[in-house]
Amino acid sequence: MSLLHWAVLAPFLAALLVPFLYKLVRRIHTGWFVLFIPIILFTYFFTLIDTTRKGSTIIESVPWIPSLHINVSLYVDGLSLLFALLITGIGALVILYSIFYLSNKKESLHNFYVYLLLFMGAMLGVVLSDNLIVLYTFWELTSLSSFLLIGYWHHRERSRYGAQKSLLITVFGGLAMFGGFVLLSYIGSTFSIRELIMDSGQLFEHPLFIPTMLLILLGAFTKSAQFPFHIWLPDAMEAPTPVSAYLHSATMVKAGIYLVARLSPVFAFSGTWLWLVSLFGIITLLWGSFFAVKQTDLKGILAYSTISQLGLIMSLLGVGAAALHYEELDDNLYLAATVAAVFHLINHATFKGSLFMVAGIVDHETGTRDIRKLGGLMQVMPITFTVAVIGTFSMAGVPPFNGFLSKEMFLASMVHVLELDIVNFTTWGALFPVIAWIASVFTFIYSMIILFKTFTGSLQSEKLPKQPHEAPIGMLISPIILASLVIVFGLFPNLLSTSIIEPATAAIQPTLTNDLHVHIGFWHGFKPEFWMTVGIIVFGTMLFITLKRWWRIYSIVPEQISLNNLYDQSLNMIEVISLKLTKIFMTGYIRNYLIYIFIFFIAALLSTLFQKNAFTIDLDHVAPIGLYEVILAVIIASVSIVILFAKSRLTSIILLGAVGYTVSLFFVLFRAPDLALTQLIIETISVALFLLCFYRLPKLGNRKEERMAFRWNNALISIGVGITVTLIAISAFSSNKPFPPISSYYIENAYKEAGGKNIVNVILVDFRGLDTMFEITVLGIAALGIFGMIKLRTGRKSE
Amino acid sequence: MFSIIIQIALICISLSMLGLVYRLIKGPSTPDRVVALDAIGINLIALIALLSISLDTSAYLEAILLLAIVSFIGTTAFSKFLEKEDIIEHDRNL
Repeated sequence: MSLLHWAVLAPFLAALLVPFLYKLVRRIHTGWFVLFIPIILFTYFFTLIDTTRKGSTIIESVPWIPSLHINVSLYVDGLSLLFALLITGIGALVILYSIFYLSNKKESLHNFYVYLLLFMGAMLGVVLSDNLIVLYTFWELTSLSSFLLIGYWHHRERSRYGAQKSLLITVFGGLAMFGGFVLLSYIGSTFSIRELIMDSGQLFEHPLFIPTMLLILLGAFTKSAQFPFHIWLPDAMEAPTPVSAYLHSATMVKAGIYLVARLSPVFAFSGTWLWLVSLFGIITLLWGSFFAVKQTDLKGILAYSTISQLGLIMSLLGVGAAALHYEELDDNLYLAATVAAVFHLINHATFKGSLFMVAGIVDHETGTRDIRKLGGLMQVMPITFTVAVIGTFSMAGVPPFNGFLSKEMFLASMVHVLELDIVNFTTWGALFPVIAWIASVFTFIYSMIILFKTFTGSLQSEKLPKQPHEAPIGMLISPIILASLVIVFGLFPNLLSTSIIEPATAAIQPTLTNDLHVHIGFWHGFKPEFWMTVGIIVFGTMLFITLKRWWRIYSIVPEQISLNNLYDQSLNMIEVISLKLTKIFMTGYIRNYLIYIFIFFIAALLSTLFQKNAFTIDLDHVAPIGLYEVILAVIIASVSIVILFAKSRLTSIILLGAVGYTVSLFFVLFRAPDLALTQLIIETISVALFLLCFYRLPKLGNRKEERMAFRWNNALISIGVGITVTLIAISAFSSNKPFPPISSYYIENAYKEAGGKNIVNVILVDFRGLDTMFEITVLGIAALGIFGMIKLRTGRKSE
Repeated sequence: MFSIIIQIALICISLSMLGLVYRLIKGPSTPDRVVALDAIGINLIALIALLSISLDTSAYLEAILLLAIVSFIGTTAFSKFLEKEDIIEHDRNL
């Protein structure tokens, strides 16, 4: 166990202690204790920057299931360190925020912080794992803890719906990803990601390469809310706002991004990867930004905005993969896309985190998040307003904030897509900068909606549930820190470039970054991306001012064909169809189940008999047949057939008695005196029992006792069963027996070894006495059961 | 000579059983069937006795005794059932 392992384990251990602290120390808010964990972890990970800056990595391994080559190997390079810093840093801020957001008295804080710490540990595990199976384990833990956090207010119906939806979608993707991992480890014959990256050249030629890639991408896309799996994210907004800020903007939704970035060196040799990742990313970007404008709930806007920004990062990762295909180029055009992705990842975490916290403050202080009721909060909440200005302008891509820089880099990368000439990019690649530009215009519009609809205009005090006022200072600390980071990274982006972005880019593009020098500058000259930004701001402002005139386009497409409706309908259909299917064959009638059993019996045995050519007739070993055996057989056959056509039940019972007596006569004939004795007694007793039952049968009213109704299918099945059994018996008798029977041993040794002359009885109580013991047990249980059924009448007491 | 006599006797009894089975199947009333079953039981006794002579064994003598008892009990049970529609009368309150 290294320090790194303890770092991942620490949140889980702390989660164990939280309930005790909550119960024992009621006066102090539990969050204060929890706050130490991410702060300590953040400091620890901060010290590791030095290591990764030099280009070295840390690998620590502890055996878990060594026989299956599953070890808890933790691996720190630039990429995982970036994520670890995000998780712990924003984790600390979110916990600080939640201390003021969640009341000590009204909320069940022990649940909240246990879930949150579980999530934090799981997320750290995801980004630090080198072993695919361990990565998957932590991945599912994030899904589970996210489910718990979304359903935190479990008495609300919408919370439960959102939690269920997110669990179904992310676990669906998680399982697909697990399949992809298994295939990947099969292709590469190792679970270690580092070793897979080393042989990525050979993996590319394997026939299972494409299915592996699709399955893993499915996992990444569902987790990172890419189109069309984004639908769970807006419904996850029912979670408490600190959860939304932490999980659904900064960390969990970036797990898919992390996975794509981490496995890029393995898959990026394939053109399909490039095409899929960038295409899904850019569609998600457009879709999310377009629908964000439609929302009226602050967190709804932010959710769609997160979806679109994640699409942006994903498309950058896709385009960045093109760098591998153009190794000869020196200008690092496509590598710049990866740099932009990493940079925007950091930027998005800062401004989106602060915006979620702003939305939480607005909700907390006014009682609503509906932008139609809000307005004019600028004078009441000046600090919140300032933070919101910084966050929204950064999101919109306006200088001098960090969003501007990464947006410029994004637009530049999309323009460079035009120069790609692989996998149909020449024909369709032209769409990329266009879509990127349109989506950026929409991003601008919804950013302005968040800012201006909430904070400007007139204050509608009568519509608000609470009288608005500025938030307590504790609640404002975290958003202020994030907003100042937005400005710091905006003004001095090169603080990050050598310390974090370069090592992270090196981890995503390990083969290309020998002479990588990231330098993010404000001014590139009058390049296309500059004019695009100008166009975004101009068009965005115009469209925002005329919002009311064109807002109606959202009602052109009815709600019924939305993806959410599709999800609801398909979930409903699955239930309805499976219910119908089950009702078709689960009828509740024993006769139907017997029909299934017998048909299966006939089909399986007869088909095996004829497929294997197993049917044989060999009459050499047949003993001579005597006349009285024939007569007895005629008696037993005729009586049995007559039972089927008997009119009254009493006749059937008498005939059944005759069958039993004849069988005992067969036992006599075939020299089995003990069997004959037992058979006679048992037959008499069971006939008497049948008579007992007969007397107890309910009167059938006016209906007379009738002959059993004839049914063709029943007749066919019963004849089929008879034929099957007969054929098998004949074949088994005719086939050559490989071994002689062992009965000669009993005949020789019954007296010598056991001191008995009756061989049957010696076998029953001596050679094979154990069977007899349990037969006795069966009879005892039957007797007790009958006694219990007769005597125990619990049901009647209630009547 | 002796074995041939035994065989003939066996066949005769088997044929008489066939006749009884005809009566068992045909009916027409339940008492007819019960009597037929009782007679089958007695025929079985004879059959088993003849068989044990022909098989030259004394292993089936218990079966003969048992069959005599069982067939009596069976016929009595049927008769009681036909008369009172019940085999065991319930004097006690269960």
